[in-house]
Amino acid sequence: MRILVVGLNHKVADIEVREKLAFDGPRLNEGLIRFKELPEVHEAVILSTCNRVELYAHVHDVEKASESIKTFLAEFHGIRRSLLDNALYMYDATDAVRHVFRVASSLDSMIVGEPQILGQIKDAFELALEKKTTGILLNKLMKKAISVAKRVRTETRIAENAVSISFAAVELARKIFTDLSKRTCLLLGAGEMAELAARHLITNGVKEVMVANRTYERACDLAREFRGRPVKFNDFIHEMFHADIVICSTGAPDYILRKNEMQKVMKERKQRQVFLIDISVPRNIDPEINGLDNVYLYNIDDLQGVVDANVFERQREAEKAEKIVAEEIETFIKWQASLDSVPTIKALREKAEEMKKEEIDRLLNRFAGLGEKEREAIEYMATALMNKLIHPPTAALKDSSEDKESLVALVRKLYGIDEE
Amino acid sequence: MGVLLFELALTFYFAATIIGIIELFKGSKITSRIIVLLAAFGFALHTICIVYRYVEAGHIPITDAHEATSFFAWCIVLIFFVLQIRYRVVLLSSFIMPVVFILMLLSSMLPREIKPLSPVLQSYWLGIHTVFAFLGNAAFALAFGIGVMYLVQEHYVKSKHLGGLFERLPSLQILDEINYRLIKMGFPLLTLAIITGALWAESAWGNYWDWDAREVWSLITWFIYAIVIHARLVAGWRGRRAAVLSIIGFLTILIAFFGIKLFRKGLHVFL
Repeated sequence: MRILVVGLNHKVADIEVREKLAFDGPRLNEGLIRFKELPEVHEAVILSTCNRVELYAHVHDVEKASESIKTFLAEFHGIRRSLLDNALYMYDATDAVRHVFRVASSLDSMIVGEPQILGQIKDAFELALEKKTTGILLNKLMKKAISVAKRVRTETRIAENAVSISFAAVELARKIFTDLSKRTCLLLGAGEMAELAARHLITNGVKEVMVANRTYERACDLAREFRGRPVKFNDFIHEMFHADIVICSTGAPDYILRKNEMQKVMKERKQRQVFLIDISVPRNIDPEINGLDNVYLYNIDDLQGVVDANVFERQREAEKAEKIVAEEIETFIKWQASLDSVPTIKALREKAEEMKKEEIDRLLNRFAGLGEKEREAIEYMATALMNKLIHPPTAALKDSSEDKESLVALVRKLYGIDEE
Repeated sequence: MGVLLFELALTFYFAATIIGIIELFKGSKITSRIIVLLAAFGFALHTICIVYRYVEAGHIPITDAHEATSFFAWCIVLIFFVLQIRYRVVLLSSFIMPVVFILMLLSSMLPREIKPLSPVLQSYWLGIHTVFAFLGNAAFALAFGIGVMYLVQEHYVKSKHLGGLFERLPSLQILDEINYRLIKMGFPLLTLAIITGALWAESAWGNYWDWDAREVWSLITWFIYAIVIHARLVAGWRGRRAAVLSIIGFLTILIAFFGIKLFRKGLHVFL
């Protein structure tokens, strides 16, 4: 009875290999069912995301099972076995549990602390439940992995701060204006990062987007895409009168916004706060402007600085998270050990002995006048009754080879062995 | 009994202050809940204490320095809780509970015995004038706290070091909005306090205005806050400047409140 993890992630395989091994869409259902049908695999879960493909299995013989899983992967995806041998990692027993917990807690992610992986784990588990490919061991493993991930999220600050430039911009915007839904954003010029930042602001509820570009057609295209309004580039200073957030990324070789112009804008705005994001290199907004009251200017390096500080913070939080994972592994391993039949038989017997003793004591207390002979008779009867009652479950536990774990769990539940 | 209630309230405010300072360095949901709870207990005891003294003395207990300082602290906590209903800025307690505690401490060191009311104070204006004055000043005290928070938060954003309290402080715009709201609340109260004070002076001494030290300082305070509101509406002085002005304004109030007591005596005999 062992847990086996076979898979690969962004650390060991580049995108070309990951693509080939990905179980996407309808292929996932089929893959999961065929994976479960492998004779060495008793329970099966497949986690397939853009950064990782992992197969979780409950197996008895690790060597045989891993061979058969590799062959299955190669056949299913139509690739050479030799390609897989180098790329795949394999974990079993405690290492496997640790790996699954770390993946769910986003400690193994490309961006540590990113929140999506937990949802992906949940989806993978739900599909397995739907297709009935899991049993007692993997059910517990997956449930535990999800609860560990939740614990990590509430007890550490691992997912709290933005670790990409565009998210850092949104986070800052939120600390300048609480409610973005009353704010207008002006996008000056275009560029991948500027568009991404604008997109994040829109998903976070910015009321209106204005787009200015040296080529007006381009402005119109972008405006359509953002459901915004194109404005004339030469006129952008006037548009700034009612823009609360300005993202600037033009190819201009020099400053397009200078301090005296910004002063005019601020006067016109009645000093209402303005957040300027200058993503252009060379810079397009005079850095002196940050000295003005109620103007907050961030250039690309400033934002990168925020991101770096947050990444550092996350790494520190990750250490706390690793401790939580270690704790949880221990409880899981303890639970797994309890699924063995020998300790269960012992525990069942102990429980029965205890009950017997309790009842006899109570009886003898009530009828203090009983003689030695009667006492022996009572004790004999109780022991016989107890032995008869626990014999069938004990026998079943001893010789069950099929699905032993479920039987053990069932016995423990029926006899209330884990309840303290 | 009254003394016991007062000391208990003082103790709760002290505890809230300590937790408030801890909150600044190592905050969590639990610490902010504890602060609100401690402050609420302190406030409840404090309220009973004031009512008790009212019954005992037979008149509004804002007639000597001990009572006035304590009532001022009470008003600050009251407005703090009113503010929580809408804005939930628990972190404000870290900035304002120390002020409340120091006021209560000062109050506890001043003579507490209930003296017979001097004839000048035996007027219905006593209650009206003092309540307006203290509620107004309490609103300004909170504007001061919010102003400090604004400057701290602005420092983080401007300097681009987003550490420390950045995460837990509200946004600049919200802080600015609260600041303005408090000043809009305090200003009419202060105005009413000055008017009712003048009417009272007329009925007591036959003169509306005597240029006594407190009157002058109140007028200065009134002008400062009038400037805050005016500059905001006309020239858009918001954010940093509004925060700085509300800090200066409150410091002026403190001078008016305690400074005068130390340096000269005027018509405001009870203080």
